[in-house]
Amino acid sequence: MANLKNVTKKTKAQAMGMHTEVLTGRTQQKFFNPDEAENFYYFGTYDVDFNKRTDLDVKNMTAADANKKIDNLMSQGYGTIVIKNPQGKHSIGVGILNKLNLIFEGSLGYFGMGSCDGPTVRINGRVGWSCAENLMAGKVVIEKNAGSCFGAAIRGGDLICKGSVGARTGIDMKGGTIIIGGDAGAFTGFMMQRGRIIILGDVGINLGDSMYDGTIFVGGEIGSYGSDAVDSELTKSDQDWLKRKLKVAEIGENFDVSKMKKIVAGKKLWNYDNLEPTEKKGAI
Amino acid sequence: MCGIAGLIHRGKSSKVGHELQGMLQALKHRGEDSTGYALYGDTDGKNFIMRFKVGENVGEGSTSVAEDVSVYDERKKIVDSYLLEMGAKIIKEERILPYSLRYEIEYNKKDLLEFSQKIESIPGVEILSMGKSLEVIKDLGNAKMVCDRYNLDKLVGTHAIGHARMATESGVDIKSAHPFWGYPFSDVSVVHNGQLTNYWNNRRALENKGMRFMSECDSELIAVYIAQKMREGASLEEGMKESLIGLDGVFTYFVATKDSLGMAKDTMAAKPLVLYESDDLVAMGSEEIAIRSILPQEIDTYDPFDGEVKVWQI
Repeated sequence: MANLKNVTKKTKAQAMGMHTEVLTGRTQQKFFNPDEAENFYYFGTYDVDFNKRTDLDVKNMTAADANKKIDNLMSQGYGTIVIKNPQGKHSIGVGILNKLNLIFEGSLGYFGMGSCDGPTVRINGRVGWSCAENLMAGKVVIEKNAGSCFGAAIRGGDLICKGSVGARTGIDMKGGTIIIGGDAGAFTGFMMQRGRIIILGDVGINLGDSMYDGTIFVGGEIGSYGSDAVDSELTKSDQDWLKRKLKVAEIGENFDVSKMKKIVAGKKLWNYDNLEPTEKKGAI
Repeated sequence: MCGIAGLIHRGKSSKVGHELQGMLQALKHRGEDSTGYALYGDTDGKNFIMRFKVGENVGEGSTSVAEDVSVYDERKKIVDSYLLEMGAKIIKEERILPYSLRYEIEYNKKDLLEFSQKIESIPGVEILSMGKSLEVIKDLGNAKMVCDRYNLDKLVGTHAIGHARMATESGVDIKSAHPFWGYPFSDVSVVHNGQLTNYWNNRRALENKGMRFMSECDSELIAVYIAQKMREGASLEEGMKESLIGLDGVFTYFVATKDSLGMAKDTMAAKPLVLYESDDLVAMGSEEIAIRSILPQEIDTYDPFDGEVKVWQI
């Protein structure tokens, strides 16, 4: 990690007299200095054994109780947990920050697997709105359909839905990959900033509306393009990556990726990579 | 926020009152200022069932002003005299609560507009529903409270829609509660989750065409809008499709008629809806847990897409 104290190269904004202050905050010094390895301790994580397996029936539990129980099992070293009877409950499986094999035998409601960092999850049912929101790393596989805001604001990891998803899939996403086996609704990739979305089926209106960056691949029909979303050439390396990704995701292995459309940001609105906030104001 | 739920049995009847109570109770975290049921019961189809109120519930956080029960009695007397005057015969009369009544009436004229206008010309009186199958029951409190208060658990029928309300833009009272009757059409009811932004423009235009509004709740507009489209000759489905263009805002709503149930979702898909569909049952709600209350086993559900309109027959 770069030592922020010793950064000497001035950015364009700094040359304009902005942002010249040296970052000296506690967080910068303690958590991002590799010489202080002990400060990398990740609160709320456990070393688990994938071969240590257990079942957890959450039929008569509240979401809070179920999450506490999962946390408790991880603290005992269980690395494979099978959740039975989730029955569409909201907010189950949230905030898991370590490696874990988590299997749901049923469907989840809203905010399932939100704010996770590392687990490998298989949901043998459907998920409601905002599944895996803010995912940092890991893999979440949904066997059936998903609701709206699927993978909202994810930073990393792979999010796979074998069925169809609702509206605003990948809204505000900042990294990672979302793969949809079926169709996707309106405003897919709305304001996405990084990452990739793959949709094997059709997609609704306003695809990639106001996207800053990132890439969307579509196998079927597109309802309409959103503001600043444009077609781009599907390269050989794109096709190779798509094939590999679909194979790893165990979805659409025989899908003809050469006919997919590639959509990127036209960058006519603005490009946050090149403009500092003060410059954005000028652009507006 | 608000939560909506609906179900339709195809080819059979069931205890829809009990089933809808379970679905709405599962959604009570979305709002429990008031809860409403539109139940389509098994009847012989000969007489009308008129559910009406002669006052408001002034308890349970109500924004209504308290009135003496004698005022309710006076209003009821006027309703009875108007019914007699219009040639309607009361077959059965039930006063479920001091302010809430259920009449079974024999009335042979088809046009309910004049009938409704006459009854509702009495200050404080509102027809909640008028139909040969439909009964709208709505009151303050959550689904279980309303169900128990009106003894809806045993009502057998084919389909039903309901609403758990969090009051945001109008008062906590029965007149602003859903479902709304599709006045003046018998057996038409509407529930809505969302917000309509061109309410006043549409309301003024519809009032100029002779349609009536009983509340200032934006959701009432959907019932009136669809009813007006049907008056102009559109089918239920056509009216619903036109509403996607004519109504601005974010919404998911259900409409039910004597033999059908429909859903519509706005073009932004901003409001939630989860749908389960099989050969003999369609169940839908704002959240999957509503459907799970009647189908606890593993089922396949999905979210309808933006701008989608669906109608099912019994």
